[in-house]
Amino acid sequence: MARPSAIWGDAARGSGVLQLSGAWTADHASDLETTLETALKQGSFAAPFRIDCAGIVALDTLGAWLIHRARLALSERGEVSLAGLKRDQTHLVEEVAQAQMPPAGPPRATGAYPLLVDVGEAVVDAGKDVSKGVTFFGSVIAALGRLVIGRAKLRPAAVITQLERVALRGVPIIALISFLVGAIIAQQSIFQLQRFGQPHFVADLVGVLVLRELAVLLTSIMVAGRSGSAFTAELGSMKMREEVDALQTMGLDPVEVLVLPRILALLIGLPLLTFVSSMSAIAGAALVADIYGGISMEIFFARVQNIIGMNTFMVGMYKAPFMALVIGVIACIEGFAVRGSAESLGSHTTASVVKSIFVVIVVDGLFAMFFASIRY
Amino acid sequence: MDQMDRTPPESHARGETVISVEDLAVGFGERLVIDGLSLDVQRGEILGVVGASGSGKSVLMRTIIGLIRKRRGLVRVFGHDMDRVSAQRRRFIERRWGILFQHGALFSSLTVKQNIQFPMREYLDLSPPLLEEMAMLKLQLVGLKPEAANRMPSELSGGMIKRAALARALALDPEIVFLDEPTSGLDPIGAGDFDELIATLRNTLGLTVFMVTHDLDSLAGICDRIAALGEGRVLSQGPLEQLKAEPHPWLQAYFNGPRARASHVHGKPA
Repeated sequence: MARPSAIWGDAARGSGVLQLSGAWTADHASDLETTLETALKQGSFAAPFRIDCAGIVALDTLGAWLIHRARLALSERGEVSLAGLKRDQTHLVEEVAQAQMPPAGPPRATGAYPLLVDVGEAVVDAGKDVSKGVTFFGSVIAALGRLVIGRAKLRPAAVITQLERVALRGVPIIALISFLVGAIIAQQSIFQLQRFGQPHFVADLVGVLVLRELAVLLTSIMVAGRSGSAFTAELGSMKMREEVDALQTMGLDPVEVLVLPRILALLIGLPLLTFVSSMSAIAGAALVADIYGGISMEIFFARVQNIIGMNTFMVGMYKAPFMALVIGVIACIEGFAVRGSAESLGSHTTASVVKSIFVVIVVDGLFAMFFASIRY
Repeated sequence: MDQMDRTPPESHARGETVISVEDLAVGFGERLVIDGLSLDVQRGEILGVVGASGSGKSVLMRTIIGLIRKRRGLVRVFGHDMDRVSAQRRRFIERRWGILFQHGALFSSLTVKQNIQFPMREYLDLSPPLLEEMAMLKLQLVGLKPEAANRMPSELSGGMIKRAALARALALDPEIVFLDEPTSGLDPIGAGDFDELIATLRNTLGLTVFMVTHDLDSLAGICDRIAALGEGRVLSQGPLEQLKAEPHPWLQAYFNGPRARASHVHGKPA
């Protein structure tokens, strides 16, 4: 195909004729731009100008725009006329000529100022996050209250479905990681305790650590990653497709219909999973104690039974519902905060998981201080 | 840049067949939506495809562009059997068509301008200012205001989404455009402008238009030929007048029903 060209030819009467030929299409875009620019820079020709397009074999919108641009550039130096275009092509050039180019925006500010703006915005956003969180938490508690006094409908099918997804389907992975973590802690503890000649203390150490802290932490982190992210993505895409608005216009409260079943499922499921996690971590520890420490399973379990009181077990279980509430509320807030774009869905899902895990760990720390101070 | 056999639209005689579908069958599960459909599209024409809901109009379009697998039959685009083309040629053919999806399918995390620039950035070698200008140009070609350039798709009205999506479909100056219900969701004046725009683009760019539509005004105003789908095949095809005369009950109801009488199908209202 003919390469595009733009050559000045001097017409008889001394006016500048710019002869265009070849294919003026987007395929030759970079060629076209440079050719035309070089031609326009040659300033030796005088007005009136004529742009002769008779040699053009193909024209698309890009070519038409460049012709229009050449005409504009030349018109600053004098009168310009267009010639040699077919009827359809003239139409296209005229169509293109109607487009207006907005002036370039102000240059982006640099230096310390935008940094200050970013910091300020981040602080304000964090403040808004807290107030939004508290507001939403309040509406969840209100909905729970309505449920208790019978003003709101319990949706058992929805709760059971969520419970299956949150708890039942989470059992294998949570049991597995807990088993492994229990085993690893037991192994490392045995190595240290053997130096004191007291490897059987591994039962105390692992038992207390797992039941008080690790089981609930592992479970919460896993649930935040598995279910919290799913909640955010589900609610977010429902929000994007106006499904949440549809619910509202039917006179239904999205918190009651969408959020409550999920939070109830978490409230029931997370303690159950914590229990599973505790048991498999202790099982893992028992196995490793047998292999590495020569402590038989009977001795290990007998020691766990003697040393660890009910209160130790309950500390972990008490914390589980609070973790469930934190994860559920954060996941749902982030889900409802999703705006139109796919990117926003992604960033809110990330935020949901990261914030949940962070808050879960902070809450666990607060509980540790609390239980220590009441000597429980 | 890959030049392969891209020839300018002008060098093709109008009347050359650019899309040819022979004995096509497409189905989902047990059900065949399209069964034994044959249809040709000529270069430079505006073909309107009509049919009842579920008659397979969109399925036909998506099968031609390769989004749905067919059970049987032959699809040729620009004379190439789409089952036998190399991956490279297939990409080249895909560059030569533009598609306006029913709901726009704009990339939600890009602004309107970035959406239009996306195919240009991928395929063309444009300088940044020219890229900017071309995006603004396409935007205004489809009747959007320059202010819309920096808005996100989620901030646009239904009609604006259609227009922005058309601008993206036209970004590479395609030879064929597939339009899936282009005027649905537009107000009548907007729809009229849209039709006019499509006709103008056809005339200036030698565009071939494959349009799935229900808009009787578009059918009457700009379509050169109409193909009516039903029972898994083409019930009838030809100019509007010919279809109006067909005895098939669905065609009678469609072209001679009350909505048809109210529209331009029966001559321009005074």
